[in-house]
Amino acid sequence: MSADAAMAASPAAVDVSAVEAKRGRIRTVLRRHPTVALGAALLGVMVVIAVFAPFLGTTDPQALAPARRVRPPSAQFWFGTDMLGRDVYSRVIYGTRVSLVVGLSVALLASAAGLLIGLFSGFLRVLDGVVMRIMDGLMSIPPILLAIALMALTRGSVQNVIIAITIAEIPRVSRLVRGVVLSLREQPYVEAAIAAGTTTPLIIWRHILPNTLAPLTVQATYIAASAMITEAILSFIGAGTPPTIPSWGNVMAEGRALWQVAPYIVFFPALFLSVTVLAVNLLGDGLRDALDPRLAKRI
Amino acid sequence: MVAYIARRVLATIPVMLVVAFFVFSLLYLAPGDPAAVIAGDQATAADVERIRASLGLDRPFLIRFGEWLWRVLQGDLGVSIFTNLPVSHMIAQRIEPTTALMLLTITLAILIAVPMGVLAAWKAGSWVDRAVMAFAVFGFSVPVFVTGYLLAYIFALELEWLPVQGYTPLAQGFWPFLENLILPALALGSIYIALIARITRAAMLEVLAQDYIRTARAKGLGTGGILFLHALKNAAVPISTVIGLGIALLIGGAVVTESVFAIPGLGRLTVDAILRRDYPVIQGVVLLFSFVYVLVNLAIDLLYTVFDPRIRY
Repeated sequence: MSADAAMAASPAAVDVSAVEAKRGRIRTVLRRHPTVALGAALLGVMVVIAVFAPFLGTTDPQALAPARRVRPPSAQFWFGTDMLGRDVYSRVIYGTRVSLVVGLSVALLASAAGLLIGLFSGFLRVLDGVVMRIMDGLMSIPPILLAIALMALTRGSVQNVIIAITIAEIPRVSRLVRGVVLSLREQPYVEAAIAAGTTTPLIIWRHILPNTLAPLTVQATYIAASAMITEAILSFIGAGTPPTIPSWGNVMAEGRALWQVAPYIVFFPALFLSVTVLAVNLLGDGLRDALDPRLAKRI
Repeated sequence: MVAYIARRVLATIPVMLVVAFFVFSLLYLAPGDPAAVIAGDQATAADVERIRASLGLDRPFLIRFGEWLWRVLQGDLGVSIFTNLPVSHMIAQRIEPTTALMLLTITLAILIAVPMGVLAAWKAGSWVDRAVMAFAVFGFSVPVFVTGYLLAYIFALELEWLPVQGYTPLAQGFWPFLENLILPALALGSIYIALIARITRAAMLEVLAQDYIRTARAKGLGTGGILFLHALKNAAVPISTVIGLGIALLIGGAVVTESVFAIPGLGRLTVDAILRRDYPVIQGVVLLFSFVYVLVNLAIDLLYTVFDPRIRY
């Protein structure tokens, strides 16, 4: 739709070649980095699993059946049953939902908040000193510990887990955005815009914001990956998602006491978590190479 | 130089103040009224009010923060709600296993990761390089409890080379002490190794492209000499920075590792405190860990001049 409108507005040939070039670039990235395709495919599978969880041969993940406790994997119970007789397969499949929701929400919320704080801090020099000292302070508390401390204040719920992990991630995003803003402000085209009398909000909207999006997107993918691990850790130590909701961390926590006799209870959620985080990280590395070639060379 | 050190040390004060403020707010905002708890079920509203006044809980936030800070500076972290023991005492009891685990992890990680990164940079583009980078991606993606259970399953349950879990104090002999810590340290270290290896590779790639490396090679220096004497020394600043920053990952990971391997350290103490909502203990542990983290990074900052005499302040 927008491509059509653009074509009508400007010489068609130019736009077609631009679109072609864009497609070509995506194809080149996929060819040069096959791991990106792998990451995207794995993540796609996980999204499908999360969306269609009820239709994937699952039963009620909370259904107790004391008669069939701690059964090893079989044709009936693919991943075995846990100490309360619940079907581990169903719990792991449903757990995909929690992980993906937490990963996506934290990435979006932390990026939005970090973007706002970073922009303000980069533009209002009065605020900068104070805000950055606060961020330095929060950054010197290890993120998992910060999330644990925040979770101690509230009841365990998916929503609270998201808020706690978001707060723990905000300082890093703010620092990143602020750094980008400070370097962009020195660019000749921004100085030219200031000299031409462009208002600050318009400069931010036209020149600053578009240039922060690439590093921010890359950062957001890594945040999603680390948020999923943090959620699992919080649930694993009993300070995260409540036990009534099956999440990978919870399933592992429940399998902990039995892991020497029934390692499969811990193994399957661990496998799903690792594969999902790996998929997001591969995607993040690919995005970094595609969107930010300079950064890609440095790391 | 002295002025720089002084400035750098002073700069940590506002950072620690923010940490202290956050940690104090935690207790302030914590649900539950300590006065009501102490007064018991039979107490009247007037009793609760009297106890609150006697504890000083009715005074303004900032005054209470100041007094709390003063006590913390004197080493008084308050009293555990659950055990009624001083928090500093509880921390002292648990500090040995965590310190041992962290030190072993950092040592192992540096010994493994730095040569890995150097090798990857030297053989850039080869299969060795690709294997190291692939390992780094896995190290970032596989969470610490997964590595922990996997290592314990293979090396303790199946091969029976090392104990499954537990901790033996150093006082009972060095080998029993070390034996129990090897698997936890490797599990905890995997993400740290990935991080250091990746940065070492990147920093080495940059240094190896410099003219003085070509000069060293031209005057007939051996590869080992070039890599470890000339190049690594010049790549030391970013590597040591990441070693310092990565300690935050280790602190978070220690909480989990100690749970997986049943090590009675500060991580276990934190988990127990969370489950019991023992706020003074949570406060104490967060404060201590953050303090150590800030101090280590301060020390590394000051070490830059040792690694690179070109840096002058």
